[in-house]
Amino acid sequence: MEQKFITLFKEAIDSENDQISMDTRFRELDEWDSLAALSIIAMLDEEYDIIIDGNKFQKLETLSEILNYISENK
Amino acid sequence: MNKEYNPFSLEGKTILVTGASSGIGKSIAIECSKMKAKLCVIGRDIVRLNETLSELEGEGHRALQFDINENEKIKSFISELPELNGVVHAAGIIKRLPLKFISKEDFNEILDTNLVSASQVTRELHKQKKLKTGSSIVFISSIASDFASIGNIMYMASKGAVNSFSKGIAFEFAKSNIRSNVIQPGMVVTNLTKVINDKEIEEDIKRYPLGRYGTTQEIAYAAIYLLSDASAWVTGSKIVVDGGITLR
Ligand SMILES: NC(=O)c1ccc[n+]([C@@H]2O[C@H](COP(=O)([O-])OP(=O)(O)OC[C@H]3O[C@@H](n4cnc5c(N)ncnc54)[C@H](OP(=O)(O)O)[C@@H]3O)[C@@H](O)[C@H]2O)c1
Repeated sequence: MEQKFITLFKEAIDSENDQISMDTRFRELDEWDSLAALSIIAMLDEEYDIIIDGNKFQKLETLSEILNYISENK
Repeated sequence: MNKEYNPFSLEGKTILVTGASSGIGKSIAIECSKMKAKLCVIGRDIVRLNETLSELEGEGHRALQFDINENEKIKSFISELPELNGVVHAAGIIKRLPLKFISKEDFNEILDTNLVSASQVTRELHKQKKLKTGSSIVFISSIASDFASIGNIMYMASKGAVNSFSKGIAFEFAKSNIRSNVIQPGMVVTNLTKVINDKEIEEDIKRYPLGRYGTTQEIAYAAIYLLSDASAWVTGSKIVVDGGITLR
């Protein structure tokens, strides 16, 4: 579950960064920008059927928090 | 002079506004009613549409619930309408996606609502001779047709197409003395802009030379000009109303 999520996360933002883990504060990544944010939101919709609005997404900080959001809103 | 001088009056004109249940379309309907037009307001959400109706000044307005994407019903829907002097196509949707997530279905949904359905409404109005000579058609396009923002590809393309479509019919309808023009608003906070988060909005406002976003009324005033006889010699044009953002 976690490994798959990390892979999808990296694919969505076109990153090959091996340091990305569930604890990564993704907003601090060099590759993070507004396109990356939209890409993650789109990936959550496509892969997990989760529609999250920009303001809610803004509050999430780590990959774990995103995954928690997914399980809470499934 | 016993009548007050007002080259922008819409007295005696009947005007159809799509997307009148919210935001810019709603404001256009309300401001046009203050200029003494009779309105036919269209939207999908009947509760919000009736709110618009209740805010119109004067008598004789009509609210009609209609989804402009229901192509097979357009013909009969248009046949119910009175003769018109103006149409404002304000119905529109947005969806922000990076290209790699854009499916054909996503793209079709945006193009259908923002472009193709407006074209079919216009076509039926023309075919059924609902547009009186001297009529004015107004499309609410966007500065997004010419200026990129992240994730906005489908919306940008739809608005670029609207600009070209308007020019096409301006040319085709000129001999019937029917005009077509486009308004390109910059950012105005409405239901549509909910796709953008508050933090992004806060940053974006700072980029506007006039220091703020626009109001729906400020877009409506441009529509009044284009619907009135003051613009009788204006067709195929695009009016930018954007607080100066495209100066950058
Ligand atoms: N807000 C901005 O910053 C901005 C800037 C540039 C251009 N624009 C353009 O201005 C127009 C109005 O947008 P807005 O900001 O006022 O958005 P809004 O508040 O979301 O209003 C959109 C309107 O379109 C209607 N609509 C959407 N799909 C429809 C359909 N299939 N059939 C019938 N009606 C439909 C909605 O009706 P229901 O709510 O009843 O479904 C609503 O009345 C759009 O074309 C938009 O692209 C907006």
